[in-house]
Order: sequence, then C-alpha cells, then structure tokens
Amino acid sequence: MTSEHIVKSYDAELNHLNETILKMGGLAESQLAEAIKAIATRDPELAMETVRGDPRIDALEADIDHQAVRLLALRQPMARDLRNILAALKISSAIERIGDYAANVAKRAVTLSESPPVRPAGTIPRMGRLVQRMIKDVLDAYTEGDAEKAKAVWARDHEVDDIYNSLFRELLTYMMEDPRNIGPCTHLLFVAKNIERIGDHTTNMAEIIYFMVTGNTLLESRPKGEDASFAHPEPPQKDGGDGR
Amino acid sequence: MLDTMTATATGISNAILRAKNLDVFYGEKQALFSVGIDIPEREITALIGPSGCGKSTFLRCLNRMNDTIPSCTIRGTVEIGGHDIYARDVDVVELRRRVGMVFQKPNPFPKSIYDNVAYGPRIHGLAADKGELDEIVYSCLERTGLLGEVRDRLDAPGTSLSGGQQQRLCIARAIAVSPEVILMDEPCSALDPIATARVEELMEELRRNYTIVIVTHNMQQAARVSQHTAFFHLGTLVEWGATEQIFTSPSDERTQGYITGRYG
Repeated sequence: MTSEHIVKSYDAELNHLNETILKMGGLAESQLAEAIKAIATRDPELAMETVRGDPRIDALEADIDHQAVRLLALRQPMARDLRNILAALKISSAIERIGDYAANVAKRAVTLSESPPVRPAGTIPRMGRLVQRMIKDVLDAYTEGDAEKAKAVWARDHEVDDIYNSLFRELLTYMMEDPRNIGPCTHLLFVAKNIERIGDHTTNMAEIIYFMVTGNTLLESRPKGEDASFAHPEPPQKDGGDGR
Repeated sequence: MLDTMTATATGISNAILRAKNLDVFYGEKQALFSVGIDIPEREITALIGPSGCGKSTFLRCLNRMNDTIPSCTIRGTVEIGGHDIYARDVDVVELRRRVGMVFQKPNPFPKSIYDNVAYGPRIHGLAADKGELDEIVYSCLERTGLLGEVRDRLDAPGTSLSGGQQQRLCIARAIAVSPEVILMDEPCSALDPIATARVEELMEELRRNYTIVIVTHNMQQAARVSQHTAFFHLGTLVEWGATEQIFTSPSDERTQGYITGRYG
C-alpha cells in the first residue's frame, strides 16, 4: 500500500494482519515441502512430525479471523482496505485447507513407507515443487500487491493439472499390471489429488489477490488441460492383446 | 470500470439536475472548477470531500443560495428539468420552492410547530382554505415521523423541540411546499446517533417522492444513505458514480486516499 493512514495504529493493525497471513502461508508451504520430502525419502518420522505441525496453521487461521472481525468492527474499512481484509479472510481459509491437504499427504507418506516402492512416486516431488513455487509466488503477490504476479500464478495451474492427469493414467496402468500395486498406487493417487487441490486453492488465492489489488474480478477463463475425471481406462487383455 | 462515471461523462437517463462546466468564484478566488454532474431523480446523491473542497458551494449553486453572497460569480449552467436555473427569466422564489434546503443546524422559525410547516404553503398559496392547510401540515408532520410526538402541542414553539425533532421539523417545512429536490447540508452533524438514524430512515422514506442531495462529512453516512456519491477535492469533482463502487473500488487515487483515511 502506497501511503499511510492518518491514524497510525490502523496501519499497524493492517500490517499485523498481513504479516500473520504471510506467516500462515509460509508454514503451509513448508508443511507441504516436508510432506513431499517424507514421501520421496520414505521417512515416517518426518511424516509424523509434519502431521503434528498442522494445528499451528489452524491456530493462525483463528487469529486472522479474530483480527479481521476486529478491524471490520472498529475501523469500518473502505475501498482497498476493505478488500484487503476480505482477502485476508478468504486467503486464510484457503491456506488452512492447504495445510489439511499437506497433513493428509504426510499421513499417506507413513503408509507408503511401509509398502514396497512404486516408480510413479518419483513424479510426486516434481508436482510438489511446482505447487510450492505457486504458493510462494502467490504470497509474494499478496505482500507486494502485485496483480500481474497473481494472474501469472493463476495461469500456471494447468501445469499442475497436466502432471496430475498423466500421473493418474500412469498409476492406473501400474495397478492393472499387478494387483499388489493397488495399495501404494491408490495412496499415491490421493497424494497427487491432494497436491492438485492445493494448486486449485492457490489459484483461488491468486484470484482473490487480483480482486484485492484491482477491485475487479478475473473474468477470463483460465487455461485448462485435459480432465482426468473423464478418463476411461481399459483393462489389459489376458491373451496378450494390445492393452499393455 | 463498471457503474462508475468520470467527472467528464455526461448523460444519465433519469437526471433531474444537471451541472455543466460550472465555475464558481468568491471575488478573485475560484472555488469550483468546471464541475459537471448529473443528479438522478428520486435517488440520494451524497457529496463528500475534505473541508473547503467545494461541496457546500456546489450544493448552494443548485438553488442559487449563492446569489445572497455579493462577491460570488458563476459561470456554466445548472439545469433543472432541462431549464437553466441561472437564466435571466427564472423566478428564484419559485426555484427555491422546487429545490428546498435543510441546513446543518436545525433552524426552525421562532413560530409554533404548526406555523413552521404552514409558512411555505401560505406564502406560495398552496392551500385554498384552513382545511387544506391542516391537511398539508399534518401529512408533512406524519411523513417526518413527528406527528405522533407533537400532536398535542402544535402551538408550542418549534424551538421547544429536541435537536433531532427540530431537524425533522425543518424537513417537514421543506417538503410542505412540494419540492422536487431537497438539498441537505450536513443535516445530522448536530444530532446524536439515534436522531441521526431517524433522519437517515426519513431520507430513505422521502426518496420515493423526492430527489435528495446531501453534503456530509460522515463517510459512513454517505455509504449508508446514498445511491450515488460524488467526491470533491480542491474545487474539482474528482469522481462520481454508484456509491457501492466509490466505497469498494474507487478509480481515482485521491478518492481512495480520502475514503480510507489517508492523505490524498
């Protein structure tokens, strides 16, 4: 924000709100990083530690709700300030969801570490890095009040969808090849789905930030890849047909 | 930008008042610079801006109250229903009947409650007999929510009422001559929050029949009561548009600075 309020304590309260959002976002970002690391290194200890970290994010969400209600009631914010506070409320609930998904990824990392490794697990860190980068950029866009940066994150979500869709097909193939893969592959499928959902929430945050900065909603339609929801895999043929 | 109009845009379909290229001078000093705005009929337009920005000056141009200031000169036009109110043949008394005014400090005449409301209809000859006059007075007191409070003491002096009641009496007096537009210059700044709420509720009620233009320093009040908001700064009309738009996403940095409590 360019200039300061005449009442300095108002600025202090808004800054505190924004700092809490950044702290919460940074925490969610590192929760996701740890959860993915736990999958890549098959480390149940790290995974459990990550699961135990989630309540800290929930506590920050409650803190942000409290700050926002207080600001709305006592400062009667207008224009950009009003949009800032609404954005903080919506972003904090998006980050809270991201934290939940990261914790779920960590839980599955515990189970995955107990079953034999399957190859598609190698794609998960790549997908995770992409989403982490998006979270980082969206938080930067929030701090800097940069609508174009937010829009760039928003336009990148289809890369996540693309990885998810190809991973979906790959996992199905592995499951069809050998029923013993079904357990770990199903967990990986949920992991991939969770990361894909984190990407969606990050995209929503980007939309909220765009509105916060410009006062306008992003109306154009987002670039989208193909949708795995419509995928229809054929089982392999027993007689050595072409289904492999 | 959705719904917003720039200071130079013209032509909304339901304008009752229309100012064009309006310059106002007090002696050598220019107070308004080329103001152009349409005031929509049967809606409430709020004029906001820091002290000395020209909003009250502009309000006073709308019924030629500035004529009473000898050093004041005006260029440009203000039209009501398509006719320039500054044209040579305009009857100013009739103009002020059509465009009434309510001031910051309640200023009832030193007369009875009844006579305060009856004064305008009498001098404009709006009532044929006592019965008709009673009807006007009662209905105006009723519409301003005062009748129930003063029915038993219509002969008491207007000044014996509380501040909020006095202000509603002044509004009753203003509507008694069947105006088209009511100008309000900070009508609630001398009132407590309850009396303020009553006047705001009354404005919402009056909007069905009258066009209201209100100058207010209280931005929450502008946001609460108006459908259109105009922001003045240093004698220029910076921005005007739908109130919701002005208070959620103003286009001009100066508007943003003012309504969020920053220096513009």
